[in-house]
Amino acid sequence: MSRSGKKKSPNLLQYPYLLWASLFIVVPLVLVLWYSFTSPTPTGDYAFSIANYRRFFEPVYLRVMGRSLLLAAEATLVCLVVGYPAAMIIVRLGLKWRNTLLLLLVLPMWINFLLRTYSWMVLLGRQGILNQFLEWVGLPPQSLLYSRGAVLIGMVYNFLPFMILPLYTSLSKIGREQIEAAEDLGANRWDVFRRIILPLSLPGILTGTTMVFMPAVSTFVISALLGGGQDMLIGNLIEQQFLSTGDWHFGSALSILMMVIILLSMAAVSVTDKGRSLEEGNLW
Amino acid sequence: MSANGKDLIIRMDKVCMAYGSHQVLFDISMDVGKREFLTILGPSGCGKTTILRLLGGFETPTSGEIYFEGEPFSSVPPYKRPINTVFQKYSLFSHLNVFENIAFGLRIRKLPESVIREKVDRMLTLVNLKGFEKRSVHSLSGGQQQRVAIARALVNEPKVLLLDEPLGALDLYLRKEMQFELKNMQTSLGITFIYVTHDQEEALTMSDTVVVMNQGRILQMGTPEEIYNEPKNVFTSRFIGESNIFEGFMPQDGEVVFCGIRVPCVDRGFSQNEPVYVLIRPEDVQTVNPQSGLLKGKVQSVVFKGVHYEMIVREDGRQWMIHSTKSLKIGEEIGLYFTPEDIHVMKRNGLEA
Repeated sequence: MSRSGKKKSPNLLQYPYLLWASLFIVVPLVLVLWYSFTSPTPTGDYAFSIANYRRFFEPVYLRVMGRSLLLAAEATLVCLVVGYPAAMIIVRLGLKWRNTLLLLLVLPMWINFLLRTYSWMVLLGRQGILNQFLEWVGLPPQSLLYSRGAVLIGMVYNFLPFMILPLYTSLSKIGREQIEAAEDLGANRWDVFRRIILPLSLPGILTGTTMVFMPAVSTFVISALLGGGQDMLIGNLIEQQFLSTGDWHFGSALSILMMVIILLSMAAVSVTDKGRSLEEGNLW
Repeated sequence: MSANGKDLIIRMDKVCMAYGSHQVLFDISMDVGKREFLTILGPSGCGKTTILRLLGGFETPTSGEIYFEGEPFSSVPPYKRPINTVFQKYSLFSHLNVFENIAFGLRIRKLPESVIREKVDRMLTLVNLKGFEKRSVHSLSGGQQQRVAIARALVNEPKVLLLDEPLGALDLYLRKEMQFELKNMQTSLGITFIYVTHDQEEALTMSDTVVVMNQGRILQMGTPEEIYNEPKNVFTSRFIGESNIFEGFMPQDGEVVFCGIRVPCVDRGFSQNEPVYVLIRPEDVQTVNPQSGLLKGKVQSVVFKGVHYEMIVREDGRQWMIHSTKSLKIGEEIGLYFTPEDIHVMKRNGLEA
């Protein structure tokens, strides 16, 4: 057999994947794009229009977008502040404890996302465990559920592992030697953190931030269940267009816009991350 | 021994070190003088790196004490010690360029930018890396990384520089060159160097004092000449240079019996009929015709080593290694001759490992 025969076989193997990808990624995307740029005419036809996009810039919808971005940013920040020390502690533990903690961290992810979020309703509800505790202490019950705070808690709870895991990966790659070298050169613990650990864990911070921000900005389950639909997020708005209002055209335009925003924020992150080699700190 | 007549900078007093139940250092006592180039020489796992880690502050002795300029030093954290280290794997900061790696210690001390610039610049000239300021440390060769590591330590003007097998990763040519440069820097800067290596040649060529270690103990401490010419035990003589070692005994001072001959020697201080080891360096054995030799043997192998020939001579079941500039024929019958000064007698003290 000739060399060309050998070369061809891997190409052939690509076709199932290409077929799969075009069926489940390209075709739906094209459909969404098509919907977003069309409007139904009175005659029952569809005509090209950018009205769906123009509609997004009405203050009502811009406010929804702003609220989503802000809430997602807050959730990301809380995840970072909580996750960074957690990751540092995990890295410093012995192998046995480290693996146990990592397992505990990942364990809830094996339970259905919806179920996990429902369970917070039980915790935060009027007759929930937290209020029962407050009552037992002698304090008046609080309306915790169906608030902005409840949505934030839900986001942090659900997405925290996506922050801790990449942080853990990049922190565990920092060798003991570099820390000792810094100490040798006169760095105390704070100097070591600021000048060695923090900059070397930057890839983990960036990956973790992206991994939390993206699902947080587009979630609709958490805000629907824990927010009670009071504070509408962009995810809820899209869901509403498809499931209750039936305006697939506007819903598609919103989806495309959100995709653009997420892609832009990822591009911003990768620009910040420029100059770092790919293998550093990328868990995914 | 270096306590007399020398300004002491470091004194280790009966220092022991154990990791759990595994003891790695036994009663290490040594004095290091100011501006001294001291080399700790020993096979891997002998505890030499542990000594550096104790001096650097990364470990605390299990017992005993380390004094720095007369003050107890064991509980001083690494960042407060006027000591810097060139690590075995260099441990450069991968997120910083060459300039920032060298400037690290100065930035910690919050020196003004202009001073930092000037000091780093001087170091770059010293280690011959001018023009590499902005380079990433990954893009440097082993020798260049090593020089960055040296500059990064020296720029802080430490009182003592610890070097942990710094030339281990370099090829022979570069290693020779760096040995020369290191020795030059040490003399011109007047800093105490404590240098760890398993390379005996490195130890002999650079040091003022050599400390020979094995299995967590100091076997001998002295000038390179003393260590080579007067090894106190079999381990030291085997580790430093090539040697012919035979069992024997001293019927009386100035006379030794080995290999079936009774010959005069210059060694004194032995009890009557004390069992000893006899050392003769390969370059001290002269080859003569069979009749005029002290011993007779047959040439077994000849290997050309550049400067000399290395020959193995079989003598009554024993093997002698001989270095000579003139070659012999394999199978040739020869006589072996050596003077009383060439014979070195060592006590048997259980450190023959």
